[in-house]
Amino acid sequence: MPAIEILGLEKTYRVGFWRSRPKRALHPLHLTVEDGEIFGFLGPNGAGKTTTLKLLMGLVFPSAGSARILGREWTDPQVKAQIGFLPEQPYFYDHLTAHELLEYYGQLSGVPAKQRKRRVEEILYQVGLRDVRCVQLRKFSKGMLQRVGIGQAILHNPKLVFLDEPMSGLDPMGRREVRDLMEQLKLQGKTVFFSTHILADAEALCDRVGIIHRGELRGVGAIADLTSTVQGKVEVVWQGPQIPGSIKALGAECHVTGDTVRAVIDENQQDAAIDALRRERQRLIAITPVRTSLEAYFVEKLQHAETTAGRTL
Amino acid sequence: MRARVAHIASNTFREAVRDRVLYNLIAFALLLSGASILVGQVSIDIEKLVVINLGLTAVSLFGVVIAIFIGIGLVSKEIEKRTLYTVLSRPVRRWEFIVGKFFGLAGTLVVNTFFMAVGVFAALFYVSHKFVRADGLILIALYFIVLEFLIVCSLALLFSSFSTPLLSAVFAFSLFVVGCFAEDLRNFAGMAHGISRALATGAAYLVPNFSAFNVISSIAHEQPVAGQLVFHNTLYALFYAVMALSGAVLIFEYRDLK
Repeated sequence: MPAIEILGLEKTYRVGFWRSRPKRALHPLHLTVEDGEIFGFLGPNGAGKTTTLKLLMGLVFPSAGSARILGREWTDPQVKAQIGFLPEQPYFYDHLTAHELLEYYGQLSGVPAKQRKRRVEEILYQVGLRDVRCVQLRKFSKGMLQRVGIGQAILHNPKLVFLDEPMSGLDPMGRREVRDLMEQLKLQGKTVFFSTHILADAEALCDRVGIIHRGELRGVGAIADLTSTVQGKVEVVWQGPQIPGSIKALGAECHVTGDTVRAVIDENQQDAAIDALRRERQRLIAITPVRTSLEAYFVEKLQHAETTAGRTL
Repeated sequence: MRARVAHIASNTFREAVRDRVLYNLIAFALLLSGASILVGQVSIDIEKLVVINLGLTAVSLFGVVIAIFIGIGLVSKEIEKRTLYTVLSRPVRRWEFIVGKFFGLAGTLVVNTFFMAVGVFAALFYVSHKFVRADGLILIALYFIVLEFLIVCSLALLFSSFSTPLLSAVFAFSLFVVGCFAEDLRNFAGMAHGISRALATGAAYLVPNFSAFNVISSIAHEQPVAGQLVFHNTLYALFYAVMALSGAVLIFEYRDLK
């Protein structure tokens, strides 16, 4: 059973003084997220990522379409007990402490009192806020609020977690911790659906990604599939003090870092390069095919969308 | 369901009580009660009358200001700051959120009224050095003031459910002022003719009749309050608050939280 099935959800807002001008925020969206996977929802700012998440959370109402979450209609209140949500740049009640806030959210999620007490302590420890548990949230930094946000999203042990730009506002250490946390969630068998415009995060974490632009889904697939286009080139890495002339003669693009050399050559010249390195007694480290990066795929999809939009206009 | 409403109410209460602005308003109300003592001292033989009038008016006015000030932000501020997102993404229904907010605010106002009333009674004791049986009537006036607050709370929530905090404040305060002159509006409707009569009558019955809750002056003159008025005012306040809250729920149920 898929964790999320989005069946043609779409959203059109009415804008202008008389609210007579329609503005489409999301074109009919069809998307399936499998149980237990980390799914990255990628797109530039204003692409429709947050709108999609808000539709799934019931915060805005769709103009058409429906969705199923964990096998139930997405509007079913029972679904909400099994999902966690972190909004983009979360902000919480200023005068509550982190402990009080988690306690409050635990109450709203229906976590039994005894279990709740233990769970709140566990989460405070997990997100690294145990030492500031009694400090009011108005004194928290952006990064600390983000940690509280992640904590509240997983507090009630949900099966499915929606995270809207979870790395936003975090320093490199914080980002690393969030990545680790998401990997832990996956290991626990939970499904993670997160939106981001930081491709490195998606590439490091996701099983599959979907790319959305101007409210339209432009591509979906496993990272490995999307980046598997071999461009007919290989990267040869070796250890040696210099670049042999025979390698240069192959027309290789070489980069030297310390005593390591990286050279990108045509795939059909791979054997010639290996022979050359043997002759020159250089230590071969690796030969890997050059793949399209997620970034290149993303940019290509966006450029294609821009071209199509230009033609339509 | 009841538990969720209670949790939202207690959180609203806690947030409001910890808000420093609230303390300022209470301090101001207490100061005004203190001022009534001073005014009472320069009012020969009518010190008590002045203290009751001024003290209860201060309780009512500052309570209304607190009700509007907090009430207008209850929904709109939560949308603006996106705190609502993490609440409504849980198994919380939208109407539970509105009702919880209402009870939280109402609870805050009851507690505030209690402390402000303590101030009034202290001022009264200061000028008259004793309490008499008739002073018990002040409790009825305070009860009516609390009923008034329930209506103002529900109206503030109603406006807050679809408008900005600033406009909500303007709407709620305007309605409060018009409601204080509801009797005059009804009298005017009685004298008018044709379409203006119909409009004035409609408006007179639509705005909350706060003048019916104002017994401060008669209580200051130690005139008793009819039991029927207590009963009618209670029913009226509950009915009006429920209607305004229902309106807030209806609007909020279908609102996109952008």
